[in-house]
Amino acid sequence: MDYFLQQLINGLTLGSVYGLIAIGYTMVYGIIGMINFAHGDVFMLSVFIALILFLLITSLFGGLAIALALVLVLIIAMVLTALWSWAIERVAYRPLRGSFRLAPLISAIGMSIFLINFVQLVQGPRNKSIPPIIEGGFVIPIGSGDITLSYKQILIILTTAVLLAAFWFIVQKTSLGRAQRACEQDRKMASLLGIDVDRTISLTFVMGAALAAVAGVLFMVQYGVVNFSDGFVPGIKAFTAAVLGGIGSLPGAVIGGLLIGLIEVFWSAYFSIDYKDVAAFSILAITLIFMPSGILGKPDVEKV
Amino acid sequence: MSEGEAKTVASDEKASFNWLGALRDAGFLALFTLGLSFPILAFRTRQDLWHGLVLDPRWDLVATVVAIAFFGRLSWLVVGGRVSRSVQSFATQAGKVLAPLQNYTATFRLVGLIWLIAYPFLAVLIAGPGGALKWIDNFGIQILIYVMLGWGLNIVVGLAGLLDLGYVAFYAVGAYSTALLSTYFGLSFWLCLPLAGIFAAFWGILLGFPVLRLRGDYLAIVTLAFGEIIRLVLINWVELTNGAAGISGIPRPTFFGLPFNASDEGFAAFFGLEFTPLHRLFFLFYLILALAILTNWVTIRLRRLPIGRAWEALREDDIACRSLGIDTVTTKLTAFSIGAMFGGIAGAFFAARLGFISPKSFEFMESAVILSIVVLGGMGSQIGVAIAAVAMIGGTELLRELGWLKSIFGAGFDPTQYRMLLFGMAMVGMMVWRPRGLISKREPSLVLHEKRAIGGDLVKEGQG
Amino acid sequence: MVQTAMNPGMGPALEPILRVEHLTMRFGGLVAVNDLSFDVARGQITALIGPNGAGKTTVFNCITGFYKPTSGRIALVSGGPQSDPAVAELTDSPGRSQRIGRGGAYLLERMADSEIAAKAKVARTFQNIRLFTGMTVLENLIVAQHNWLNRASGYSLLGLVGAKSFREAEAKAVEIAVAWLDCIGLKGRADDPAGALPYGDQRRLEIVRAMCTGPVLLCLDEPAAGLNPRESAELNELLLSIRDSNGTSLLLIEHDMSVVMEISDHIVVLEYGKKISDGTPDYIKNDPKVIAAYLGVEDEEVDEAEAEIEG
Repeated sequence: MDYFLQQLINGLTLGSVYGLIAIGYTMVYGIIGMINFAHGDVFMLSVFIALILFLLITSLFGGLAIALALVLVLIIAMVLTALWSWAIERVAYRPLRGSFRLAPLISAIGMSIFLINFVQLVQGPRNKSIPPIIEGGFVIPIGSGDITLSYKQILIILTTAVLLAAFWFIVQKTSLGRAQRACEQDRKMASLLGIDVDRTISLTFVMGAALAAVAGVLFMVQYGVVNFSDGFVPGIKAFTAAVLGGIGSLPGAVIGGLLIGLIEVFWSAYFSIDYKDVAAFSILAITLIFMPSGILGKPDVEKV
Repeated sequence: MSEGEAKTVASDEKASFNWLGALRDAGFLALFTLGLSFPILAFRTRQDLWHGLVLDPRWDLVATVVAIAFFGRLSWLVVGGRVSRSVQSFATQAGKVLAPLQNYTATFRLVGLIWLIAYPFLAVLIAGPGGALKWIDNFGIQILIYVMLGWGLNIVVGLAGLLDLGYVAFYAVGAYSTALLSTYFGLSFWLCLPLAGIFAAFWGILLGFPVLRLRGDYLAIVTLAFGEIIRLVLINWVELTNGAAGISGIPRPTFFGLPFNASDEGFAAFFGLEFTPLHRLFFLFYLILALAILTNWVTIRLRRLPIGRAWEALREDDIACRSLGIDTVTTKLTAFSIGAMFGGIAGAFFAARLGFISPKSFEFMESAVILSIVVLGGMGSQIGVAIAAVAMIGGTELLRELGWLKSIFGAGFDPTQYRMLLFGMAMVGMMVWRPRGLISKREPSLVLHEKRAIGGDLVKEGQG
Repeated sequence: MVQTAMNPGMGPALEPILRVEHLTMRFGGLVAVNDLSFDVARGQITALIGPNGAGKTTVFNCITGFYKPTSGRIALVSGGPQSDPAVAELTDSPGRSQRIGRGGAYLLERMADSEIAAKAKVARTFQNIRLFTGMTVLENLIVAQHNWLNRASGYSLLGLVGAKSFREAEAKAVEIAVAWLDCIGLKGRADDPAGALPYGDQRRLEIVRAMCTGPVLLCLDEPAAGLNPRESAELNELLLSIRDSNGTSLLLIEHDMSVVMEISDHIVVLEYGKKISDGTPDYIKNDPKVIAAYLGVEDEEVDEAEAEIEG
C-alpha cells in the first residue's frame, strides 16, 4: 500500500511537469491549429537557462535564501524563455501563417533540430548536473512502511495548481483570453472586429513558453540534471497529454499530463522500466485512434 | 517594377534614408540578441571534478554575436532593399531564360540518366581511385538512398496527401528483416530484397489500417508515435534484435554469386581484374541506382493509372472522392503500403551496404529529413524530390569537405558539428522562402489535346 | 402499393425510386429532422425546399451517407418496381442491400457514403463546390469513373504492363467524359485546371462529374446558388436533359424558385425539420402553409392561419 501511494505521489509530480508543458502545446494548437514541434526543446532550453541562472545567482549572492534565489530564477527564466519563443514564432511560424499546413510543420521540425544542435554546440554534449537544491521532506508512516513526500514534490504540485488557476483565470476573464478564444473560433472575423491577431498569437506563444520555463525550473529542482536531448521525449509525452486531455482545453492539458505521469510511473514501478516510453507512445496512438477529441475536448463534426 | 520606377524608388530611398531610425532598429535587434544570448551563450557550463557544475563566461562570444546582429541589421536596412530587388530581377530573368527549358524535360531526364550512369567512372577519373571512394560512397550512394526514400514517401505525402512522420519505421523493417533473414536463415541478399519490400508493405497495411481515418496533424503524430515505438522495441527486444548493439555480419551482396573480395573465387579474380574495393562500390552504386529508377518508374506509371489519380483526388478533396464512390480507406492503404514497400527495399539495401545495422540509424530525425525532402521537392513532383535530396544530403555531406575553414576559425573548429545546426536552419529557411516547395506546377496525368501544367495555387496539399 | 396520405397533389402514385420513412436526425439536444417521410419518384425531378435551417442539407447528408440517421428508413430500389415485401425483408435482416431483378434494394441508412455512391448508385453535388481544383476538367471526370476503370486496369496490374484491354477501357472512359463535356460546352477547356473555370461552369462540371458515375439517383445541393439568370436557365436545360435522356431521377435542394417551379415534377416543403407540404408545383404555390412558412403571417391573421393549419 505504501509502495502504491509513493508511486502515486511520484506520478503526480512528474505529471505536473508534463501538464505545464502540455498547456503550451494545447494553447498554440487551439489558436492556430499548429503542432509546435519545437516546444519540447524550448522546455529543454529553459532548464539550461534555469540551471545557469541558479548557479549565477547563488555564486553572486552567496547568502541568499534558496527560496528567494529560486523565485528570482523563475522570473528571469520565464522572461528569457518567453523571449526565445517570441523570436521563434516571429522567424519560423509567422511568415507561414495562413498558408498550407505542411510548411509550418517542417519549419517547426527544423526549429527543433536547430535548438537541439544549438544547445549541444554552445553547452557541450555531456549531461550537466548540480547537487540537489531542496532536500528533505515529510516521512509519513502508512501501514507497514512509510512514504516520503519531499518538499520539492509539494512545491511542484502546488506551483502547478496555482499556475493552472492563474492561467485559467486569464483565459476566461481577461480581454486577452477573450481575444484568444475569438481567434480560436474564427481568426478572420476576429481581425475584422479589431482584434490584433498577430499580437494575440504571439502572446499565446509567450504564455506557453513561460509555463514551459516554470516546468523547466521545477524539472531542475526535481532532477538537477539536464542534457541537450532532454526536450524530444518529454515534448512528445506532453503533447500526448494535451491530446489525451482534449486538445484546446487548458484543464484538459493538465489532467492529461497527470494521467501520463501516473501511467509512466506505475508502468515503470510494476512492469518494466525499459518500455515506459513505449507505453507513452502507445497511449498517444490509442487515444488518437479511438478518442481523438480526448477527455475534455469537443468532437469534431465533419462539415459537408 | 520597371527600370525607371526602380531607379526612382532607389533615389527616393537615398534621399530620405532615416539613419536615426535605422540605428534604433539595429540597436533594438542587438539588444534583443543580447537578451537571447544571456545566459545560454554568455556562460558555458562545465562539469568540474571538484566544484561540480561551473560557469565559464564567454562575453567575447556574446559581443561577437551582438555585433553581427547590429551590423547585419544595419547593412540590411541600408542596402537590403536594393539587394532584394536585384535578386528578384535576377530571379525573374533566370526564370525567363529557363522557362523554355521546361519543354525539354525528356531530354533532361536522358541527360541526367547518362550522367548518373557515368558518375562512378567520372569520379575515378577526376579524384583517382582512392579519392573516388568517398565521392561514390558518401555522396553518390548516400544521395541515391535518400532519393529513393524520398520517392517512396512521395507516394504517401506528395501524391496521396497523407502526412506520415514515421516513414523510418518501414526503412527499419526492411533493414532488420534483411539482417535477420540473412544471418539466421542464410538467405541470399537477392531473396531478402523483395521479401523486405513485402514485409514492409505488410507492416504498412497493419499500421495504416487503424490510423488512416485520422485527419492531417493527428495522422502525422500517430505515425510518429508508431515510428518511435518500433525503434524502442528494436532497442529493447534484445533477444531478437540484439538491442542497441545492432546486428553485424550481414552478408554483402554478391555479383551473382561472386563475392567482392580479394579471394580466388572473387569478382576481381573471375574477371581477371586487380582487386580494388571500388568494384564493390561500383556495384552498390549501380544497384541503388537501379532500385531508385525502379521506384521512379513504378510511381510515374501508377500516377497515370486510376489508382494514382485516385491518390491525387484524395489529396484534393477526400469528401468529394467518397461522394464519387471511391473507397478512400482502401485507396489510402494502397498508397501507404506501396510507399512502405519502397522504404523496405531501401532498408534492405542499407543493411547490405554496411553489413551492420543498429537502431541508431532509424531515429525520428531520419523521418524528418525524408519528409523535408519531399516537402521541399513540392507538388508531388519526382524531379523536385530528386533535386531536394541532392541539395540537402549533398549539401550536408559537402560540409565535411570544408576542413579548410579550420584555417580561418582555428584548429578547434569542426564544421561537421554545425552540420545539423545548419540543416535545421535550412529547413526553416526553405519553408519561409518556398512553402510549397521547389516545383510549383503540377503536371496533369491525362490529356485530351494539350498538356498544360497547373499552377501551385490551385493544387491542394491534402488533409491526411 | 402503399398510398402516402400526405401527397394529395401527386396524382396516381408514381413508382418511387427512393422512399424516406420516418427519418429523424438528432444532434445532441437539437432535432434537425423530425419524423420526415417522402418519396422520390422514378425518372422525375423532386425538389426539397424550405426556409433556411429547415434541415434540407441534413436530409441530404442522411440519404447520401455522410450522416448516420438517428432513426428511420431510407430505401432505394433500382432496376425494378419498388418491392415492398423485399424491402421489408431486408429491413428485418441485418443486411444492407439485396439484388432484385436487374438492380437491387438498398437500405441507405445502413450504408457508408462511398458505398452508397458505388453500390446504390446515388451521386451528389455539394453546396460549396467540391471539384478537384488542382486537376484538369478531364481528369475530374475520369476520377469519377474510378471504380470500373480500376477493375479494368486489373487493380493496376494490367495497367502497369500496358495491357491493351486497359488502354481500350481508358479510351472509353475518355469518350464518356468528352460526351458529357460536349453536353455542357466545355470540351474546349478539357485540359484546363478545374479551379480556373468560371463559377457557373464549375457548378455544371460538378453535376456532370456526378453523372459520370452512372447514378440512378442524382442529389443536388443548391445547384443554382450564385448563378445569374442566364446560367440558371442553362442549368435548367442540363437538369431536364439529364432526366429525359438518361432516365436518372433527381432530388434537389434549392432556394431559387425560378429553377424549382420551372423544372420540378414534385416538391416537398420542409420547415424546422418537419414536412409541411408535398405535391406538384401548382399545389405548393397555392398552399397557405407554405406561404406562411416563407412569408410569415400578419399578427391579426395568426389565429386564422393557425385554425386553418390545424383544420
